[in-house]
Amino acid sequence: MLECKSLIAPSDLSLTELEKLIALARRIIQNPARYAEVCKGKILASLFYEPSTRTKFSFDAAMLRLGGSTLGFSDPSTSSTAKGETIADSARTVGQYADLIVVRHPKEGTAKLMSRYAACPVINAGDGGHHHPTQTLTDLLTIDHYKGNFSGLTVGVCGDLKFGRTIHSLTTCLARFQNVRFLFISPEELAMPVFVKEELDAKGVSYTETTSLEGCIGELDVLYMSRVQRERFISEEEYLRLKDYFVLTTEKMALAKPDMIVMHPLPRVNEIATEVDADPRAVYFDQVKFGMYIRMALIMKLLGMEEPHA
Amino acid sequence: MINVSKLKEGIVIDHIRAGHGYKIFLQLGLDALDDVVVLMRNVESTKMGRKDLIKIETNLDLNLDVLGLIDPDVTITYVKEGKCVQKIKLSPPKTVTGILSCKNPRCITNQEHISDVRFHLVDAKTNLYACEYCDARTRL
Repeated sequence: MLECKSLIAPSDLSLTELEKLIALARRIIQNPARYAEVCKGKILASLFYEPSTRTKFSFDAAMLRLGGSTLGFSDPSTSSTAKGETIADSARTVGQYADLIVVRHPKEGTAKLMSRYAACPVINAGDGGHHHPTQTLTDLLTIDHYKGNFSGLTVGVCGDLKFGRTIHSLTTCLARFQNVRFLFISPEELAMPVFVKEELDAKGVSYTETTSLEGCIGELDVLYMSRVQRERFISEEEYLRLKDYFVLTTEKMALAKPDMIVMHPLPRVNEIATEVDADPRAVYFDQVKFGMYIRMALIMKLLGMEEPHA
Repeated sequence: MINVSKLKEGIVIDHIRAGHGYKIFLQLGLDALDDVVVLMRNVESTKMGRKDLIKIETNLDLNLDVLGLIDPDVTITYVKEGKCVQKIKLSPPKTVTGILSCKNPRCITNQEHISDVRFHLVDAKTNLYACEYCDARTRL
């Protein structure tokens, strides 16, 4: 079991719990069949108040692969919300049917509110620009899988660092591990916010800011690319000016270490040229698979399910 | 120079940062009292240059959280029979409920009615609080 009843923010998990989750995910990857009936008879409700096919599929697939069942919606117009039901009441009601609730909502703090009223654990699958903890867990498992551990890594995060929620979470979460160094690669307008840098400063974590991907790609063990999101900009002109600022191409990949990995939370627009997909260092599609495995581990832990006997 | 006589019974809220007196007056609901209340603004002070001061001619239960939120540097003196019986120095409360509201338009608390949203102190120097739901920073 985890100390927290629900997972709302990455910081809800202690370092030990994070390591245990990753270790469980590793065991699931090694032998998924062993876990195929662990959650038999359990129901996961996925309440998606805004569309996110990838995240919903990932949770649904995770529960189904554990032998459980799923219910839910991906269009709020088909739910009681359309009749004016409050989030608190939805949580109370759905909590009577399901053993676990997964919620995505455009308003920040919704998952926390649900966790207050639901009789079962709640997982935050994204609350506006606030938290998306299972994306962070996905990223951690991916790095762990390819690099073995986090210590001593040089991690480059590139693109929209100002509005990139997943980047803020990943950075602050990785900073909890020993001896991780960061390179923040972005145009000045989309630089890493002060609150993230203050947190790194407080922990004594080393970071460098740069506007040149070519200039630093050779130093990196991990390159985390991100999309410049149209919806974050008031001015279309500003968006168009910045969206093509960094594009990862095979020419730039040629400057990177042979064992560097390229990650991306997806969906991508044009920040990674499709020609890079064939490069074995491009792991962003495998990252999706790791997302499902870490969600399997998380579901098991939050439901307090025992590890099956070998 | 306006002179206000010494209190025999009641509360003096002193060392209020100039300009904050009226805010405190309103937040404490002193306008609803039937007792004598004096609000003095821009009083000369050797320590502060200018300060505001409030005298209340009754002993009531003050909401110290509100005071701590608006101006944690104020001094509260309780007076009985013309003598100072208790002096309190404030500090900003660690958590407040029911006084602040979240200013983040994307926060769920601005969509659903939640009466007991808690705000946690994140910076005592600037009196900055974080909403428990969205973490957005706010102050009174």
